[in-house]
Amino acid sequence: MSKPIDRRVFFKIAGHSLGIGVLYSVLPTAARGEAGEMLRWLGGKNGEAMTPFSFVQLSDAHVGFNGPPDPLGTKAFERAVEMVNALPTAPDLVLFTGDLTHDTEDKDVHAQRMKQFLEISGRMKVGKVMYVPGEHDAGLDGGQMYREMLGHTYYSFDHRGIHFVALDNVSRAKPEVGAEQLAWLKTDLARFPKSAPIVVFTHRPLFDLKPEWEWFTSDGDDVMNVLAPYENVTVLYGHIHRDHEHEMGHSHHYAARSLIFAFPDPEKVADKKPIPFDKDHPFRNLGIRVVNEKGGAASAESLTVQDVELTVREFSGINGVQQLLKDPSL
Amino acid sequence: MQTQKKFSSISVLGLVLLMPMLSLAGDAPKKAPDAEVRVIEITAKRFAFSPDVIRLKKDETVRIRLHSEDVTHGFFMRALKIDSQIEPGKVTEIVLTPQAAGTYTTICDHFCGVNHGNMKMTIVVE
Repeated sequence: MSKPIDRRVFFKIAGHSLGIGVLYSVLPTAARGEAGEMLRWLGGKNGEAMTPFSFVQLSDAHVGFNGPPDPLGTKAFERAVEMVNALPTAPDLVLFTGDLTHDTEDKDVHAQRMKQFLEISGRMKVGKVMYVPGEHDAGLDGGQMYREMLGHTYYSFDHRGIHFVALDNVSRAKPEVGAEQLAWLKTDLARFPKSAPIVVFTHRPLFDLKPEWEWFTSDGDDVMNVLAPYENVTVLYGHIHRDHEHEMGHSHHYAARSLIFAFPDPEKVADKKPIPFDKDHPFRNLGIRVVNEKGGAASAESLTVQDVELTVREFSGINGVQQLLKDPSL
Repeated sequence: MQTQKKFSSISVLGLVLLMPMLSLAGDAPKKAPDAEVRVIEITAKRFAFSPDVIRLKKDETVRIRLHSEDVTHGFFMRALKIDSQIEPGKVTEIVLTPQAAGTYTTICDHFCGVNHGNMKMTIVVE
């Protein structure tokens, strides 16, 4: 009789520094013994074995937005693209968690913003860039333009043994996923063992982070109930324009900062107002998030998050923005 | 068939017996004649509610009538269990009996345009 396998020891997401956004490394922690047995078994289920790779999360570029509070337009987004391209090893994937564009009533202008987003995004020299819409992309027309230009608003795919699930909680105009998508999610996950590593990426938080600021998904509990049996779930989201971590059962939730302006900590202020633009520190609060594995028994729980502040080397108006990372190793 | 009919009769009888108990439940809104219920009209128009503050008394039953002057809006407040949609050309009614004093920020949760994120009003329960 074989010994039971510790299903939590074979998967970790660790982090490396990135200028703007988050870079994750996915590392199977062992390829031999029981963990290796599990990896091979999962590989059979997923269609390919789990092997190390990295991916980046970017969020909330709001292309088309012009301050206040932030007069920089697409500068932070373009800087992020440069930094992705400067990584020593190109990430396999970039996951963009919504609000690619800023909404407008004018459909032609919105289409132009989508094109501009895709032009900038297309400069990234990575394997694949995958998207989900934010409410600014899909809230006014039910996602019609998004689907025409970018494809499905929710879908899934497998990559090197990880199952990625893109969820749409914006295009029904309200912060919800809806019954149809929930049914799809159940079907989509049915083929996986409970130990399968799953990364969900979506725009709004799937829990009540701050409902009064519309930082929630009304049927997020239903989504999490579908995910609850799975033991290795990571949820990446945007929308809140600040970093945040949250743990629910076996799932770990991480928000990425935005690429346009930041919101304050809702526990510290009453009103939802963007943090004012500071021309001396134009990328403050849009800076780096470093996610590290703590060491010891590796699992999705062994992450630490370290914020690395950016400094400005040169800034003149909306041009010539340069950043110099304090961390000399970067 | 016979069994099913008997079952239905028992269910109806049970419901009839239960109804007086339901009306005594603490969380159920207290029934008041329509004439005694205060009616509050709220209009939604991008990107504000008017009025933007209403004051209620704890345990007071009010009828809130919601209108939209332009597009579809939402009216959402988790703690008060309010989750309504306000469509133009229709009146959406909510009967509310707040059980706890407090200040409740109520938002439009139906994306309505560029400043949607700041469309809110306040319900003060005293």
